[in-house]
Amino acid sequence: MNNQQADTAPRRAIDVINAGMDRRKRSEKRFQLLGKLSIALAIGFLAMLLGSIVSKGYGAFQQTYVKLDVHLDAAKIDAENLNKGNYSGVIKEGLRNMFPDVSGRREKRKLYSLVSQSAAYQLQAKVIEEPGLIGQAISIWVPADDEVDVFFKGHINRDIAEEDRRIKDNQIRWIDHFIEQNRIEKRFNTTFFNAGDSRNPESAGIWGAVVGSFYTLLVTLLLSFPVGVASAIYLEEFAPKNKFIDFIEVNINNLAAVPSIIFGLLGLAIFINFFGLPRSASFVGGLVLTLMTLPTIIISSRAALKSVPPSIKQAALGVGASPMQAIFYHVLPLAMPGILTGTILGMAQALGESAPLLMIGMVAFIVDIPAGIFDPSTVLPVQIFLWADSPERAFLERTSGAIMVLLGFLVLMNMVAVILRKQFERRW
Amino acid sequence: MSKRKILLTATIAATFVAGSALAASRDYVSIVGSSTVYPFATVVAEQFGKSTEFKTPKVESTGSGGGFKLFCAGVGVEHPDITNASRRMKKTELEMCKKNGVADVIEIKIGYDGIAIANSKKGPELSLTTRDVFLALAKEVPDPKGGEKLIANPYKTWKDVNSSLPATAIEVLGPPPTSGTRDAFAELAMEGGCKSFPWIKQIKKDSKKAKKAGDKALSKQLKSKYKGICHTVREDGAYIEAGENDNLIVQKLDANPNAVGVFGFSFLDENLDKVQGSTINGVNPKFETISDGSYPISRPLYFYVKKAHVKVVPGVHEFVESFTSDSTYGDDGYLSERGLIPMPKEERAAFTKAAKELIPLSSL
Repeated sequence: MNNQQADTAPRRAIDVINAGMDRRKRSEKRFQLLGKLSIALAIGFLAMLLGSIVSKGYGAFQQTYVKLDVHLDAAKIDAENLNKGNYSGVIKEGLRNMFPDVSGRREKRKLYSLVSQSAAYQLQAKVIEEPGLIGQAISIWVPADDEVDVFFKGHINRDIAEEDRRIKDNQIRWIDHFIEQNRIEKRFNTTFFNAGDSRNPESAGIWGAVVGSFYTLLVTLLLSFPVGVASAIYLEEFAPKNKFIDFIEVNINNLAAVPSIIFGLLGLAIFINFFGLPRSASFVGGLVLTLMTLPTIIISSRAALKSVPPSIKQAALGVGASPMQAIFYHVLPLAMPGILTGTILGMAQALGESAPLLMIGMVAFIVDIPAGIFDPSTVLPVQIFLWADSPERAFLERTSGAIMVLLGFLVLMNMVAVILRKQFERRW
Repeated sequence: MSKRKILLTATIAATFVAGSALAASRDYVSIVGSSTVYPFATVVAEQFGKSTEFKTPKVESTGSGGGFKLFCAGVGVEHPDITNASRRMKKTELEMCKKNGVADVIEIKIGYDGIAIANSKKGPELSLTTRDVFLALAKEVPDPKGGEKLIANPYKTWKDVNSSLPATAIEVLGPPPTSGTRDAFAELAMEGGCKSFPWIKQIKKDSKKAKKAGDKALSKQLKSKYKGICHTVREDGAYIEAGENDNLIVQKLDANPNAVGVFGFSFLDENLDKVQGSTINGVNPKFETISDGSYPISRPLYFYVKKAHVKVVPGVHEFVESFTSDSTYGDDGYLSERGLIPMPKEERAAFTKAAKELIPLSSL
């Protein structure tokens, strides 16, 4: 053997390494490239998603308004009884005066449908605010109908055959007349932010859903935070180590992975059918989402408690603190940033949830803004779902608009979680 | 410590009791039921809330079957007042209602809804017969060589089904079996074509004959055989279940000119710049043709009212009356702008009267 080695050139370890170097460097590069590619792919998809939502949804923040000259005829509006006035009659008269050559029932209906049905309610609100206007001729900007809105925003091509579009030739002529006289313009859509749901896209807003989401999350937070943190403290610091506690831990971890619709079914069976709580109430929604977020909060709180060095607790016990004092004065404050981060992430998850609410009647058409936790209400993701299913074309952009608002809230909540972690978390 | 515990328990108990107590008095109308009627019921609800001093009714979309289940669960404010349905109430459902104490139920038909078979404007306009639809979509079809034998659906393209149709692959996007639209589609379009084969029609006749003769078991067996032939949709990928969202189907059709979609007429009406309705048996799906009944795939829509709730929940009777007024579901009513096809005048008058006088359904 020795002879053989002496005959050929000696093979040293470094030669073997050098021979393989190129191959290893190549495979290293390949791996990094693969990683970069997958990140680029992920960013690409995210950009595509956001791009599609924003490009479809930015229009929702604007609404087309038209200016009408109306005569607040005292014969139509009784100054004594402002709630019963014929306001839609006044609006219709204003439109007729503008286009006196329009005749026939069918054509008139087409003319009246240029402005939103909510125009009459807006006029009513204005008159109730200033009763002195009765008898005068005024100019008022009123929301245009959703078809006009979609057309004016350029989503309907005027070159296609008349029978193929919802907006007819004579209506386009009237709109052109409005444009000529500067009587039509796009304005910031305040209705979208301060109104409840509506079947007329131009009067539909997300405020009802936002308030419903707020109440639901409030109930969820008030219940799941104390219960979750208390269970985490007990399990982490006090619970004896035995089979039963192990069993509970395994179950909590499993619950975190249970599909959320199951919690909805549970809520229907217990809270509504057994306790007789009202359907569609944000209180019940909060209870169901509490069940869903509890495992998340317990698990993250336990991780936060575990990350506090045991020496701190031992030092506290050493100077005579009781175990409860040691935990509440020393361990818990240090673990709090982690607990809060977990809680906020759990809340963000609850905010985006719609499946469990399906079972307890929160997927519903609700116009009135909920005034309390027992009022019927809906939440943002459900509102998005309902709008996505509506036939009217103008709901398309409102759906994307509502998605943007929901994403905004989620980003905000996650940002708070990140800031909390960066600012207050201590590392040992 | 124990005081605190008591306080906590009391608070929780009080919240639940308060919640239940609130449920015990309801000041808004609660409506559940069909997702097809939902777009119409919500419009009426909103209008009702705006124009009267009552609160806006709450409308849940639970599907026709789910609606009847909730509606028939009992009398009391925790149960809904009205349920919408895209088909008539079944006998078993009425029995369930009666068993749970819901004795008087008022039936109101609100109008008709057409089901459109449509494709993208970029593709050719299709002229179909119900027989084409059946042959293209049934799981098993009569052997084209003749004889009373069923074979697994062999047709791959529309041209295979009917030589006057284009040679594009059969690709139909439609609702899943849980949907009322699907039930109506199977019953009206597929069964319509299925019946055009005399020997299949004979099975149904035999079933009726057996029933008359008193042989219930045979009648049932024949009936389910007939239904199995006519209503079973093929599962080899030619029919694609596209979910309950009709907007999604329209978007998919726009992207794929070779595909054909099945969805509610109101979605066709709103998207006429993107999709075109196919003529069925020579009739184009239009407002007028559905209204006069010449378009073959259309179905009635209903809602049902619990009479026991009329005096208990404020606004129930007023809501029903507002729904059945001519300005709502009449020829020029605002529901017709939303795609609801009104009933003929005499039929409407009967339901308006039933709503006004709250005439309950005696039997089905």
